[in-house]
Amino acid sequence: MTIKDMIKPNILATPPSGIRKYFDLINEMKDAISLGIGEPDFETPWTIREEGIYSLEKGKTFYSSNAGFIELRQEIARYMARKYNLEYDPSTEILVTVGGSEAIDITLRTFAGPGDEVIVPEPSFVAYKGCTMFCGATPVPLELKAEYEFRIQPEQILSCITEKTRAIILAYPNNPTGAIMEYEDYAKIVEVLRDKDIIVISDELYSELNYKGKHVSIAQFPEMKEKTIVINGFSKAFAMTGWRIGFACGHADAMEQMKKIHQYAIMCSPTTAQFAAIEALRNGEPEVRKMVDEYNRRRRVMVDGFNRIGLKCFEPYGAFYCFPDIRSTGLSSDEFCERLLMEEKVLTVPGNAFGACGEGFVRATYATSLENIREALTRIARFVERVRA
Amino acid sequence: MQQEILDILQKNSRISDEELAVMLGTDAATVRAAIKEMEDKGIITGYKTLIDWEKAQEEVVVAYIEVRVTPQRGQGFDKVAERIYQYPQVTACCLMSGGFDLFVVVEGKTMKEVALFVAEKLATIDSVLSTSTHFVLKKYKENGVIFNRPRKDEREAVVL
Repeated sequence: MTIKDMIKPNILATPPSGIRKYFDLINEMKDAISLGIGEPDFETPWTIREEGIYSLEKGKTFYSSNAGFIELRQEIARYMARKYNLEYDPSTEILVTVGGSEAIDITLRTFAGPGDEVIVPEPSFVAYKGCTMFCGATPVPLELKAEYEFRIQPEQILSCITEKTRAIILAYPNNPTGAIMEYEDYAKIVEVLRDKDIIVISDELYSELNYKGKHVSIAQFPEMKEKTIVINGFSKAFAMTGWRIGFACGHADAMEQMKKIHQYAIMCSPTTAQFAAIEALRNGEPEVRKMVDEYNRRRRVMVDGFNRIGLKCFEPYGAFYCFPDIRSTGLSSDEFCERLLMEEKVLTVPGNAFGACGEGFVRATYATSLENIREALTRIARFVERVRA
Repeated sequence: MQQEILDILQKNSRISDEELAVMLGTDAATVRAAIKEMEDKGIITGYKTLIDWEKAQEEVVVAYIEVRVTPQRGQGFDKVAERIYQYPQVTACCLMSGGFDLFVVVEGKTMKEVALFVAEKLATIDSVLSTSTHFVLKKYKENGVIFNRPRKDEREAVVL
């Protein structure tokens, strides 16, 4: 028996992230522009970094309580109330995690296991499917449609539900499409979900990056709050990706069990990051506004650019991604991305890396400088013209 | 929209009306009209370029000067400030609270040139009581721009 034979089949069966494919290629290229990176190009605001540094200088290098410093949980509770009108008890209903990623993992591990099904809307962040499979559960893809601007429809949910369905993942503002869900969109799916024993895992990491209006959470519907786990974090809003800090909010009975997994697997989130996060919630808001304004300008430039080139792009009102339709070029997503990278040195991510139904689209992020965006658009225009000729 | 246009222009005054319009989700004519209005009202007073003169191999000496003056009846500090800021060597001049009255920035080619300007022109103005000259040795940050800090994208090309 080789070591590979000793690995659990469900781990082997889970494919690695398709986004990584072009990694080695682009690293060797000169003058390449990456529209592939799913993280802010801004450094963490200085006031936040400085608190992290200060905590180290004071020798604050010990474990925190498992759920995270109570001061941080109190700030999170205030933040959720202030921004999203959601009340959570900091002592029992909030858990500080190692990024939103850990929160997704432990929520799935708490609610889904072998024989269970989890509805995973696609195209979506690649970790949902992987984490579901690691639990031994089966991800059931729900195909989001461009004609609905990738907003989830009640009848789509109904057609995915079986007696094995344990949970559904909602992720708006959405990676990779940039789609959002507004109040009326949620109202329609709440009709379907309200009387079902299905946990809603609502990944709202991009909640601050909404360019249309106020972010809406499904947990704001009173009948949904108890069975919704809201996941959020600091990576996208406060440009804190490398700090690895996020949180989950939900019913105390759920959080208590999730905390057990967190306790045994992680112990506690990095404390330097926790101190920095407290500062982010107390004083980071003005810097967030500046970053959001900047993203919004770049967003308009990119959407305008794709539409001019003739790559139809619905208006993405959230996150920092555009998801243009490239079918008019006659190329598949993979062909488009590979040729664009080789011929014009611009990296985009094929839509099918986020689920089969992402075929025909590519993801391009505007979390890069305006100069890069403009240059990339010029190169893409040249490329598309050549392909069509 | 005014505020947003100003935000953008403050960082990049070379941007075209068309580019601005796309960034703000409007059309170029609207942007042009708004800028014209702000120019007419004196909200926008000019367009400059930020230059790190040291890198341009041009020797520039900058001095920050604290000036104490006797205010003149009926004209306060304005009259003496006017006499000072008219000199082309003076690149900034403000009335201050605290231990001195006027804060004056003077630029020249050499330290001697600046020192002579202060001694011969500034200090000799009637109502000037005293001057205190501080030469700038190194500029770290000016107008919100940090000097000598190349911004390199250190993000991993692809993570997930």
